[in-house]
Amino acid sequence: MSLVLKNVVKRVGSETHIYDTSVELHDEGFNILLGTTLSGKTSLIQLMAGLERPTSGEIWFKGKNVTGVPVQKRNVSMVHQQFINYPNFSVFDNIASPLRVVNLSRSAIDERVGRVAEMLKLTPMLGRNPNELSGGQQQRTALARALVKDSDLVLLDEPLANLDYKLREELRDDLPKLFADRGCMVVYATSEPAEALSLGGHTAALHNGQLTQYGETPSVYRQPTSLRSAKVFSDPPINSAPVTKKDGRIHLNDQVSWDATPAQMHIADGQYNIAVRAHHITPTPPSGASVKVSGRILVTELSGSESVAHFVMDDQTWISQSHGVHANKVGAVAQYYIDIDRCLFFDLDNKRIAA
Amino acid sequence: MAVKSNNQKAWLFVLPVVLLVAFNALIPLMTVVNYSVQETFGNNVFFWEGVKWFEDVLHSERFHASLLRQLSFTGIILLIEVPLGVAIALTMPKKGFWVSVCLVLMALPLLIPWNVVGAMWNIFALPEIGLLGRMINGLGIDYNFTQNPTAAWFTTILMDVWHWTSLVVLLAYAGLRSIPDAYFQAAKIDGAGTWAVFRYIQLPKMKRVLTIAILLRFMDSFMIYTEPFVLTGGGPGNTTTFLSIDLVKIALGQFDLGPAAAMSLIYFLIVLLMCWVFYTLMMKNEDQ
Amino acid sequence: MSMITLKDIRHSYLPLPVDDIDWALKEMSVEWQDGGAYALLGPSGCGKTTLLNIISGLLQPTEGEVWFGDQNVTDEPADARNIAQVFQFPVVYDTMTVYDNLAFPLRNRGVDEAEVDKRVREIGAMLDLSETLAKRASGLTADGKQKISLGRGLVRENVNVIMFDEPLTVIDPHLKWVLRSKLKELHQRVGATMIYVTHDQTEALTFADQVVVMHDGNVVQVGTPVELFERPQHTFVGHFIGSPGMNVLPCDIDNGKVMFAGQPLQIAGTAGSDVKGRTEIGIRPEFVSFAEDGIPVNIVNSIDVGRFRIVEAHHGDDSIKLLVPEGEGIPADGAHVRFDPAHTRVYIDGWMVGGN
Repeated sequence: MSLVLKNVVKRVGSETHIYDTSVELHDEGFNILLGTTLSGKTSLIQLMAGLERPTSGEIWFKGKNVTGVPVQKRNVSMVHQQFINYPNFSVFDNIASPLRVVNLSRSAIDERVGRVAEMLKLTPMLGRNPNELSGGQQQRTALARALVKDSDLVLLDEPLANLDYKLREELRDDLPKLFADRGCMVVYATSEPAEALSLGGHTAALHNGQLTQYGETPSVYRQPTSLRSAKVFSDPPINSAPVTKKDGRIHLNDQVSWDATPAQMHIADGQYNIAVRAHHITPTPPSGASVKVSGRILVTELSGSESVAHFVMDDQTWISQSHGVHANKVGAVAQYYIDIDRCLFFDLDNKRIAA
Repeated sequence: MAVKSNNQKAWLFVLPVVLLVAFNALIPLMTVVNYSVQETFGNNVFFWEGVKWFEDVLHSERFHASLLRQLSFTGIILLIEVPLGVAIALTMPKKGFWVSVCLVLMALPLLIPWNVVGAMWNIFALPEIGLLGRMINGLGIDYNFTQNPTAAWFTTILMDVWHWTSLVVLLAYAGLRSIPDAYFQAAKIDGAGTWAVFRYIQLPKMKRVLTIAILLRFMDSFMIYTEPFVLTGGGPGNTTTFLSIDLVKIALGQFDLGPAAAMSLIYFLIVLLMCWVFYTLMMKNEDQ
Repeated sequence: MSMITLKDIRHSYLPLPVDDIDWALKEMSVEWQDGGAYALLGPSGCGKTTLLNIISGLLQPTEGEVWFGDQNVTDEPADARNIAQVFQFPVVYDTMTVYDNLAFPLRNRGVDEAEVDKRVREIGAMLDLSETLAKRASGLTADGKQKISLGRGLVRENVNVIMFDEPLTVIDPHLKWVLRSKLKELHQRVGATMIYVTHDQTEALTFADQVVVMHDGNVVQVGTPVELFERPQHTFVGHFIGSPGMNVLPCDIDNGKVMFAGQPLQIAGTAGSDVKGRTEIGIRPEFVSFAEDGIPVNIVNSIDVGRFRIVEAHHGDDSIKLLVPEGEGIPADGAHVRFDPAHTRVYIDGWMVGGN
């Protein structure tokens, strides 16, 4: 079982939504489409579902060419960002609706709906109407409907985007478990790198209708092949700056330079772009090698357990992310440490070079 | 592999509509076109006349008079029904039991067949026995719509307002209900008065439905026939002879098929032109 | 500008509230200092929007009083309270230009045109809207519209309070931090009291000096971001703030000794000796670490979120989450964890005991 896109292109009018894309999605675990709004996630989902047909190219599923086969004839389920349920059906009937179409016996329907409802903690709500439920429960109902039928392909288009973040956190934990033994392919679109990481599986990084990289999620995150992929897979945004390597030293600017680490020794002298993730620039030195920089703090942001500071060095804004809640004074000059072992090097075409 | 050819089955689904439109509109229209350029004395004998009938109609004072009457009528009822409809919609309750009561009451006139409306108002407005007629005369005003042109116009307009304002109300009400509460709250906080709320929030948000309301009311009133025909029969004299009534008089009364056909086409083109104007205006609004 | 005081406020949307659950807002008294940056944080349905609407005057509380300075404004409508509010979905007057939108609240109050012009241009510049002043407001993007909504509040002098009701909901994720920091900057420049309602901890903690955390119609804690992280007064605060949230584990308290997994635990402060009710300890995943000895656990799951791994370990039926920094290993069998005593706290019926 596999889903393969062969040179798929989607154009609408004069706009190209998806540029020539070829990829073979992995059978097991989640396949995550990661990208910002308008990166082409939804277009790809619709192509995979059969709601749209590609302008050119082919889509193969389970060894068959399904290009142009309409969605009704493919065994797919879909969950959208908006909570879409039948408003006049009870939760039970909502979940049962895909089974009613295929003429299952009453007892079989009861059994399957009961099981899925139990998994999604919807059992007490089965008799209610969707509009009496909270947002999280409504979306769980929509998920249950996707789970209850044995689809070959489940497409989830930012299903958690409209939920409170705490609920999102819980469902992120639960989703991979729910789909673990289903034997179906799952494609999950999201704009949040953190979501991609916690769901695991494989990730396709998308930017402006182009697939920039596909692979196992942690490896796309840690070994981006291009600066583009690194940017797509980074929240807060990844820091990047030009550097020069000369005589075994890396020069970031007039003040900041460091001796190349053993890995960086292999790089030829010349000009490069480096990228450093925000959490590799910290107010306290990391355990390994580091270089000290300083900058004027522009903005600070606090999440519940982490602090982000935007600071200016060399007319460029840098972002630092560190654990714990530190209140930094805006406008003050602060010192940070760049973890030089974790700098990613890119050539001037922004292709990554091993370091 | 090349992209598969498009599914041709779709044409089958369109076929019934094509047939329906053909029998319903295209074939009769072509018949009218046929009549409009020829002279006939019956027995299927035709003489080619070219655009003579069109010139005749366009230069005829009788046509000018009924067109003017038609435009005045449509103008007046639009000027009354649209503001009145909006005003009623604004005063309708926003939630609760009375919403349904109001909506049902509003919908009632729309459910009555047109000839019944005409007959109702005819009896209602009769000077001797009608409730309205007697009341007005009782106030010391000389009112007789079968003899006095002003009274005839007044009654016709009143009847149309009664019959059709509800449509504007329902559309305007739907438009008003779709405005999120936050707009009213924000306006309150901004210190906006009732008039400012209407002018800057309610009216702009109703623009789309009001355009549709005006379009519908324009077309209906411009082609009105049954109600004034039953009420006044176009009289007294020709004072309430609107375009469609005049058309029927020429076609079926005098049996002047050529001029009648030419007039139908001109009539049709005017309606088409106005619809196009409205459509363009509406599309322009959408773009913004 | 003045201090805002809520005195014994209570609200129900039902005409005759009877039970506890009938109250959308349970009895509370809260003070909002003049010029403060506050956030009202809680999950959907916790009553935060109700509270906001009571302050703005869009809603009358069933019980209690609202005071602006030394004035009781409980019965005053929204327009008499001199407040401003930015809504979840941008509210702009579509037919007007950006300039006229900003001028609208002033013109409604009869301010003369020269003054209007001065204020509008000043606020326009502050919000980076100078370029678009002459444009139709309806043509702007969501963040532009939200800036206009905010501008209509700022343009009036001496507003008592500016309130934000989840203002970034419709903003593109990549613009959110820009607006978040803009709001913070504006607060420092304008100095008006601001109350920001959200369910997003990052928005709340970034914006506010004081965060009011709500849960089920109650205010469970008012504190600085650091206090909420380090000393959650209620298990809900610990759970809701921080990702992942605090571990809450059942424990026994025996004569002032806290027992978990059959072992005595050192905690911050003292548990007290006479305890009744449900006893739990709270410890954030940040402060749990693998150790040679301590509480024996089975590791059941590990999620790589980039910066660190979230490891889920079980001791019996209790699930304990801990964070393992990037690049550090996870022990195989026979793992033990230990809790940092300085950050281990005891909760009775959900509330923290034993001081700091």
